[in-house]
Amino acid sequence: MKALSRRQMAWRAAQDIAEGQTVNLGIGLPTMVSDYVPAGREVVFHSENGILGMGGAPKPGEEDRDLINAGKGLTSLRPGGAFFHHNDAFLMIRGGHIDLSIMGAYEVSETGDLANWATNSDKLAPGVGGAMDLAAGAKDVRVLMEHNSKDGSPRIRRRFTLPLTARACVTRIYTNLAMLDVTPDGIVVREMVEGLDLDALQKLTEPKLSLANDWKKLTAPVL
Amino acid sequence: MIDKRVDSFATALAGLEDGATVLCGGFGSVGEPFALIEAVIALGRRDLTIVCNNAGSGLVGVAALLKAGCARRLICSYPRSTDPQVIDALYAARKIELEIVPQGTLSERMRAAAAGLGGFFTKVGAETQLAQGKETRLIGGAVHVLEQPLPGDFALIKAHRADRWGNLVYRKAARNFNPVMAMAGKVTAAQVDELVELGSLDPEAIATPGIFVDRVVIA
Repeated sequence: MKALSRRQMAWRAAQDIAEGQTVNLGIGLPTMVSDYVPAGREVVFHSENGILGMGGAPKPGEEDRDLINAGKGLTSLRPGGAFFHHNDAFLMIRGGHIDLSIMGAYEVSETGDLANWATNSDKLAPGVGGAMDLAAGAKDVRVLMEHNSKDGSPRIRRRFTLPLTARACVTRIYTNLAMLDVTPDGIVVREMVEGLDLDALQKLTEPKLSLANDWKKLTAPVL
Repeated sequence: MIDKRVDSFATALAGLEDGATVLCGGFGSVGEPFALIEAVIALGRRDLTIVCNNAGSGLVGVAALLKAGCARRLICSYPRSTDPQVIDALYAARKIELEIVPQGTLSERMRAAAAGLGGFFTKVGAETQLAQGKETRLIGGAVHVLEQPLPGDFALIKAHRADRWGNLVYRKAARNFNPVMAMAGKVTAAQVDELVELGSLDPEAIATPGIFVDRVVIA
């Protein structure tokens, strides 16, 4: 079985971003998606700390400590970019002005419920950031996550073990093993990596899966 | 003559009492009013409610304020940002009350306070732990949660340039929560990189008009 690397997962999610979309990328793995938008596709990246038209990491010598992304890493502004304050940044999110949100997740349910803000730790403080705003407000919410937890337990679930972020918001899940859609008929497998069949994937997934008639092999270039 | 310039941080904080609610600008350390926060620590205020997106980084700014024991309660969206050693220690020892608020709801609650509104209904947080105990209403078929206004007794702001009327201009992503906090503070003190002559700020670029600012200090 040829599971995708984290960079390959980010690459796969980037291929589905359409020309002209305004996109918000979550912190961590989803941030890498911006590196792999196909050449020639013009996409506007939104950052919840008040940036539209965010670029990638700054060139050496062009770093500006007042120009950071949602993960607090240094970033850059593309021509046409704009700065604004927090209320406008979240008005854009809550008001349905963001075409696509790609976030990490702990768990996704078969009806597209999302859990990605709190663990059950009593030692570490939970933090929600903009996750609930994005889940409730973006026009389309997609998740980028490892198919299973480190202990092998499924993260696509019938019932959550972790606190809810928002109900019925996730439309598509990109994992290291598959690309799956959340549909009214349940979870549909659109793509699977080589060496995996539906039975094997089902064993790693809690809800009942169905295979799309036109399913494809999930591949990504060496990155 | 209207002149909001003050020449010390202590003057900028005059009237800040124990138990006050203090809005602290910034997203991470960008736009965080470090000098004003240091001055609050020096005053030795206690039992403050701090409203800030994060709980500070390392041992400076809001993190230093929390470590110094000035705060009883923290209202924020994402406490564990870069180097969260102080909040981790306080949380593990149950030495701080923590209210987690979705980030956009946090800024909108302050805007509601500033705008004289009695709160607002939002879909954000519906059916989650963060909506527990809050009034809900079905609007357009979706569950909405009633969120309360969040005013500050003080707002501590970081801006790039100011004039003596308190008009403020920010730099890049250092704007973040600062404008809404400036609006929601009963007393708003701004630390700025530069003070300029009245009339020299581009009126089209003023993000916070001086009506929302009471004191300006250079830092």
